[in-house]
Amino acid sequence: MGADKKMIIQINRNDIAIPERSTGMNLLTFLREELRLTGVKIGCGKGFCGSCTILVDHKPAKACQKTVVDIAGSSVLTIEGMANPDGTLHPLQQAFIDAGAIQCGYCTPGMVLTAHGYLMRNPNPTREQIKRAMAPNLCRCTGYQQIFEAIETAAEHYHL
Amino acid sequence: MEKTWRNDAYAKVTGQALYTNDLAFPDMLHAVPVYADYVHAIIDQIHIQDAEDLDGVVKVITSQDIPGSNRHGQIEKDYRIFADDKIRYWGDVVALVVARDRKTAIEAAELVKVEATPLPSIHDPEAALKPDAILIHEEHGSNIINTHRIRRGDIEKGFDASDIIIEHKFQTQFVEHAYLEPEAALAVPRADGVIEIHGSMQHPFSTRRFTAALLGMRLSDVEVVGTPMGGGFGGKDDTAAVVCARTALAAKLLGKPVKVNYDREWSIRESYKRHPYRVTYKMGLSSDGLIKAVRCEIIADGGAYCSTTPWVTWRSTVQCCGPYQVDHVHCDTVGVYTNNVFTGAMRGFGSPQMNFVVEQMVELAAEKVGMSAVELRRKNMVQQGSATITGQVLDNHTVSMGEVLNAVIEDIDYDEKLKQCSFGKPEGDELYGIGLAMSYRGMSLGAEGADFCAAIINAQFDGSILLEVGIHENGQGAESAFILALAAELGVNRERIRYRQSSTSSIPDSGTTVASRGTLMGTGAVVRAADEFKKKMSQVVAPSLKCNPEEVHFKDDRLHGGQSDHSISFDRAIRVMYLNRKFPFAFGEFQGPSVTWDEKQGRGKPYFTWVYGCQAIELTVNKQTGRVKLLNAIAAHDVGRVVNPGMLNGQIYGGIAMGSGYALSEEVQLDAGKITNLNLNNYRILRSTDVPEMKAIVIENRDPNSPFGAKGIGEPTNEIMAPAIANAVYRATGKRFFNLPIKIDAQNGS
Repeated sequence: MGADKKMIIQINRNDIAIPERSTGMNLLTFLREELRLTGVKIGCGKGFCGSCTILVDHKPAKACQKTVVDIAGSSVLTIEGMANPDGTLHPLQQAFIDAGAIQCGYCTPGMVLTAHGYLMRNPNPTREQIKRAMAPNLCRCTGYQQIFEAIETAAEHYHL
Repeated sequence: MEKTWRNDAYAKVTGQALYTNDLAFPDMLHAVPVYADYVHAIIDQIHIQDAEDLDGVVKVITSQDIPGSNRHGQIEKDYRIFADDKIRYWGDVVALVVARDRKTAIEAAELVKVEATPLPSIHDPEAALKPDAILIHEEHGSNIINTHRIRRGDIEKGFDASDIIIEHKFQTQFVEHAYLEPEAALAVPRADGVIEIHGSMQHPFSTRRFTAALLGMRLSDVEVVGTPMGGGFGGKDDTAAVVCARTALAAKLLGKPVKVNYDREWSIRESYKRHPYRVTYKMGLSSDGLIKAVRCEIIADGGAYCSTTPWVTWRSTVQCCGPYQVDHVHCDTVGVYTNNVFTGAMRGFGSPQMNFVVEQMVELAAEKVGMSAVELRRKNMVQQGSATITGQVLDNHTVSMGEVLNAVIEDIDYDEKLKQCSFGKPEGDELYGIGLAMSYRGMSLGAEGADFCAAIINAQFDGSILLEVGIHENGQGAESAFILALAAELGVNRERIRYRQSSTSSIPDSGTTVASRGTLMGTGAVVRAADEFKKKMSQVVAPSLKCNPEEVHFKDDRLHGGQSDHSISFDRAIRVMYLNRKFPFAFGEFQGPSVTWDEKQGRGKPYFTWVYGCQAIELTVNKQTGRVKLLNAIAAHDVGRVVNPGMLNGQIYGGIAMGSGYALSEEVQLDAGKITNLNLNNYRILRSTDVPEMKAIVIENRDPNSPFGAKGIGEPTNEIMAPAIANAVYRATGKRFFNLPIKIDAQNGS
């Protein structure tokens, strides 16, 4: 990549030109500090807790484990891009609220995005499949039960 | 299923909620703590020059820079906010490096060198009790933090009258709270001279108190502002408050906003844990299964500092016989200083350890007696009007021990499933077991401390309402609960109520948001404020409703006259108030009913009311791998009155999960005082693939001691999982486990 060229990443449906100096940055730091996308949370910094989960080309990824250059040319979704532009919630987000799946809310962005990525691939999951899909994401408040219920409720919205 | 509502859910599910580390101010500096690689040592010198010389470093703060008091502690002021004389545990902080950016601060922290003379260290609480043991706090005179006791009846007579006597030793582990958001603080020096603090802590008022003391300022000079918080579970009390205080000191000294955000490793290294207990428990019973006598010795490892050890161990002492009536009790409890990580409040607060003991002891006893463990529980458990082991007569609320036990047994078909338990029988690899445990729990602080709470209702000209309560939103949904309670009291739609961002400067100190007291105390204050508010409105509108003020009632967003058909909308009534120059404003306070305690005999009325809960679990143990799989969990709790059903269930499910981790996987490992599992890969809380299917059964016996009728639920759900699992593991494997976490060897399922 030439010194004058800029890397393009699509983040939350907007094309973002990445300055050369930022390409080597930790992706989590870049999203939070350069783009102020603070819905990407830091829980452990080592990829163990899933609080920083984002979707890269529709697949869950832990932002703390990537550098900016890793996602060159990709499309990224963070929690800030999940709702509709008019502020109305995606059905999965609404299902999280309705099911009581949110307490302290710190794991919520990562949980929603992991579930979103999974439901796009499998809109008819069993409870066991949901449990396995959500295994990368830790929650200390809810015991996960209402998170599973939210995902089950929202699944029908992913049917084509 | 009814949809759950939370006032902060939209912000949290869209990523808009700003937690402490998400906030930024112009010219903000970043700070990080500095630890020394010692567990017990005399500090000779702290070298900060190399760190201060690093480009980008603004200042390295040590105990030399403190304008106020360095000594801190909720009970004993034995903790130094910056270690000065000694290092007492591996998590002591010797300095705070402040730099223009966090990366530089971390780099500079490596350059701070601590010169120290190592001392022998103690990591075994029983060794710390020996007369020749080195003292952790010389000025304290011994390594005993505190003692408690119960002397009831005549213990020797009790054992003499017993036909069966059993005795066992139990041991529990250090446990990390593992809130998903590590400690964070942001302090801003304001133009009016106030230091404003945004922080991840569950006790804004003590944070303010400690900060003011450290800075040598008055309480009114420090304002702690409510900020979304990523979990606490009792763990964001001392340490989190101290992190805020250190940050405030940096902001005060440098005149700029300063932010501290902990790495997970620092959080686990520095923050206090759940107490490990060693318990020797002797129980005597008559041949027909009546518990005659209990002798119990409890040793709690308090680690390097006192923190809340005297209160935690007090609850253990008061509840040392579980929910059972025992005439002869002799209990001695001691909290001990060691050079381990210090221990303090964690969800359950001294009860999970004791329930692990008691709820296995009753099952061991039942087997000896030759009756079912459920029958033995029924025979001995507290009933309406029973006296507890401290002499408190349970007659001021509904004693529902039997009700919750029956609910669980019926729902899970307990008796039938007991017959299916494997007891280690060699049929197939998966051994099946079911187990249950139950408890009663004294609500709120009890005789630990002053128990009162304030609420403020401030209605605006357009009929919208601002509500504030002196209880903190830890993530549990406290604000939503108070909005719902106020909506019920005023007969209005919750949409018109907004929770005002809380601040220690706008409402009186209402104590800590701990001890499952938030809902009880907070809704109590809301009811008192609502009563006052309604009285004021009724006086103004009664004439137009053609009734007496006492006859006005509030329903469907309207005020209605007594027998008359007259009514007026809430909006209009508020306008009438303002036009009559009467503020629709009310302050309410709820005082916890009185409690008593005689420390010498361990007698009195320690808590003004109690809650009752029972939980059961089905599981399998793989004979080859020793792996436990949790299948189904059922919990029944008497919560007094439901406020927010979805959040209530969430407390129950969350407690089941956390309690299951306590039973099976969670253990902070120390190697001569140094924690070896500092992140969430090797400190293992339950993942989604580990949790059982869960069911919550909610029982509502409104409590007359609670103005809204509601009681607490946060802790009861967490405190009985470990014994339920231990009992189930026993029925699967045929082996009893007396230590936590339960470790089952591979191959033999034992």
